[in-house]
Amino acid sequence: MGSADVYPRDALRLIGTWLTVLSPKWLIAILVTTILVLGEWQYQILGGYERLAVTLSVCVATEYLLSIFIRGRPASLQSAYISGVSLALLTKPQSNILWPFAIGAFVAISSKYVLRFRGRHLWNPTNFAISALVLLAPAQVAVLSHQWGNDPATNAVIWVVGLLVVTRARVLHVTFSYLGAFLALAWIRSLIVGTPFLAEIAPVTGPMYQLFIFFMVTDPRTTVATRRGRILVAVLVAVVEFGIRLAGNYHIDVLTPLYYSPPILALAMVGPTAMWWDLRRRPAR
Amino acid sequence: MVPYVSSSDPFPERQERVFPRFVTTLAFVGALAYAAVVGGGEGAEAGPLIPMGFRLQNVAPEVGVDFVHRKPEFDPRIDNIGAHVAALGASVSIADVDRNGWPDLYFTNSRFEEPNALYLNEGGTFREAARGFGVADLNREGEGVSMGAVWGDYDNDGWEDLLVYKYGYPQLLRNMQGRLFQDVTEGMGLRRWMNSNGAVWIDYDRDGLLDLYVAGYFREEIDLWNLESTRIFHDSFEFARNGGVNRLFRNTGEGFLDVTTEMGVGSTRWTLAVAAADFDGDGWTDLYLANDYGPEELYLNRWGEGFVLEAAGLRDDSKSGMSVSLGDVENRGRLDVYVTNISERGYLFQGNNLRLNQLPEYGRFQEVAEGPVADAGWAWGAQFGDLNNDGRLELFVTNGFISADPEEDYWYGMSMIGGASGRIIEDALNWPDIGSASLSGYERSRLLLRDTTGRFVDVAEWAGVGDTYDGRAVVFADLFNRGVQDVIVANQGGPALIYRNRVSDGGNWVGLELEGTTSNRSAIGAEVTVEWAGGRLRKVVDGGMGFASQNDRRLHFGLGAAVRTGLVSIRWPSGRLQELDGLDAGGWHRVREPDRPFTPVGERPRGG
Repeated sequence: MGSADVYPRDALRLIGTWLTVLSPKWLIAILVTTILVLGEWQYQILGGYERLAVTLSVCVATEYLLSIFIRGRPASLQSAYISGVSLALLTKPQSNILWPFAIGAFVAISSKYVLRFRGRHLWNPTNFAISALVLLAPAQVAVLSHQWGNDPATNAVIWVVGLLVVTRARVLHVTFSYLGAFLALAWIRSLIVGTPFLAEIAPVTGPMYQLFIFFMVTDPRTTVATRRGRILVAVLVAVVEFGIRLAGNYHIDVLTPLYYSPPILALAMVGPTAMWWDLRRRPAR
Repeated sequence: MVPYVSSSDPFPERQERVFPRFVTTLAFVGALAYAAVVGGGEGAEAGPLIPMGFRLQNVAPEVGVDFVHRKPEFDPRIDNIGAHVAALGASVSIADVDRNGWPDLYFTNSRFEEPNALYLNEGGTFREAARGFGVADLNREGEGVSMGAVWGDYDNDGWEDLLVYKYGYPQLLRNMQGRLFQDVTEGMGLRRWMNSNGAVWIDYDRDGLLDLYVAGYFREEIDLWNLESTRIFHDSFEFARNGGVNRLFRNTGEGFLDVTTEMGVGSTRWTLAVAAADFDGDGWTDLYLANDYGPEELYLNRWGEGFVLEAAGLRDDSKSGMSVSLGDVENRGRLDVYVTNISERGYLFQGNNLRLNQLPEYGRFQEVAEGPVADAGWAWGAQFGDLNNDGRLELFVTNGFISADPEEDYWYGMSMIGGASGRIIEDALNWPDIGSASLSGYERSRLLLRDTTGRFVDVAEWAGVGDTYDGRAVVFADLFNRGVQDVIVANQGGPALIYRNRVSDGGNWVGLELEGTTSNRSAIGAEVTVEWAGGRLRKVVDGGMGFASQNDRRLHFGLGAAVRTGLVSIRWPSGRLQELDGLDAGGWHRVREPDRPFTPVGERPRGG
């Protein structure tokens, strides 16, 4: 047996070992980087490298400077990297403007230092920034609406890496709770409205939802402490999203800003509320 | 306990400093306020009160143009998305059909038994004459309905002939000396079912005969009135290749031969519009495609022996191309490209593309659209033209997709299906029911003018353009032979608009009307660069440009204060280069291609 036969098996074993010992925070950085690289390589998902450069640099610089400015010593920059990449992927503004990336990056990171309760920040930074941009600046900013070019292989890679990460991070129950609730409620909505079921579940196959279910709704720093509570929060996010989508089906005009990105806005409403409620119940630090 | 953090929070609250946190809070609020102020408005930028020098007024009823487009109706099996499929078909194209020196108008209709209209220009007023000329009743069951038309003298007899492309069989109608038209489709080898939204005349092999490039949209086997399957749509919103085949037909003089495969131009992307010009300056006319659900495509002509699909910076930019228009935007003597796309508040900002032509230097285009150039709503046909004769080009953009019930909006439904995988999208039955909802409806047309800093600003409101129909096609022509460009708009399911231009403080102008000899007689594909004191501008004789439209093939140049031109360079489709000097401003100049021997530009290198 030649070395060429052995090498791939050893390499796979090495990668497997590496993935099991690597901290989940690194894994999520790998996941988001995988989405970035695949999306850009295959589908030019970024829309320009300058967008990534601005978002990443503002995220990292803001994290570094604010942590020194407010707390006196620098914080780890891993989460700023994750926020930066995900913001660059999710933010889809008008052509040739960069301010949404700079402002979004600053708002995301600074929200962790400003919007706090009992020593914890309430919103997932990316979730807050995207929600703020879409609600405040809809004339120039929208959210990623791409799909993976009808390529099952790309989808499979993202799902495999994503499931690996959430399993390793022990938040698979959050992903599955949200996904199960979303699918069940989509079916109910389909029955109520008469919309094709496939149309109702269609968004799940796109990268926006994959970013959402693998590391936004699962973010443990912005959800409740207990496993049961996290499942409940995930289901509640799906329920609020169901309400938004049902309103969208019926063209309720006053709620139009919520239709731009139902899952992200549902999480922005449910997540901090649950967190606040949970923190209130805990003894003060 | 959860073992990881995705958003670090490493410090307890009590270690934080109060003042820095206060300052950070102020900056945080300031950033949010900035986002709200800059990005929370109504979207398209409104122009300031800058000197325009012109004003437009719709005079369609006064001059006798009463055309109203009727939308098609298709197989009831796709009624759930019928309004979407039936949202195309209004077109306008211009030619001097009867050679009386006044440009005439042809509008297409898209419902069975609804006639197309030919408005003959009788000195500034129009008379509808389609039925008498035999170009009215083209929308018949089993034959298909009209989607657009282009004029070109395919037989070089001096009379402009008509190609009507359809969802159905295209029709080639020969102009019988300005009195009537004869259907020669079958005899010329063009009777082939195509679901087409665009076509362009092009003499790609420089043999002096106009060839024809017809774009396919839906696949050719699809009969939209008798569907065998509801799987008719694109299989991706960004990278679809399952559209109809684009076909190149070579004019042999006896008929048209399908040379698509040999020439390598059989794109199956969902092409909505085509324009032809010599983009790389090698003397051979190239093809530029605006594709729905995919990136734009540039096919460079290699000495008439084949085309090469060139990356040119286009492959990385997949949008929903609706229209492709050409204009020398920066007065460089170079044809730049404007392709319209979709923008909708909060949902989607594809942005229109304004691509500066840098092919000769860098082998690519540079995309520079921003502000109202980039965001004109759900934009359709667009054209460049000099409305105030100052030597710089203005840009007119039509828009609006489906204006139905203003209280109901289908964009939420679109956002659902927009994120789906291809297998879901391509089946019409999977699309949410559009019912009576609007989809980017009631958008107002944009008219973009350069301000003193050189930026394009939207002056439509100030210029008298306030229509909110679902605009599709727009063309420029000097309809009243006054030396100014008027604007004609075809609206989907709406009335045609004739915007008469009143230039209040206009500059001088010069016009050229070309006639080919070695080249095709219509001179389609000829490129003219006019220089004058303080500027220059390049234009191409139009064989089809924009969306479902064709401008007057006479070329109009604003000259500002100049009373004479400088050098006028004409690159004829034959490859002949002709230079004129010092043309007087204020009139039309007829230029006939010299018939003496010449050395064509862009000959294939020996041994190449």
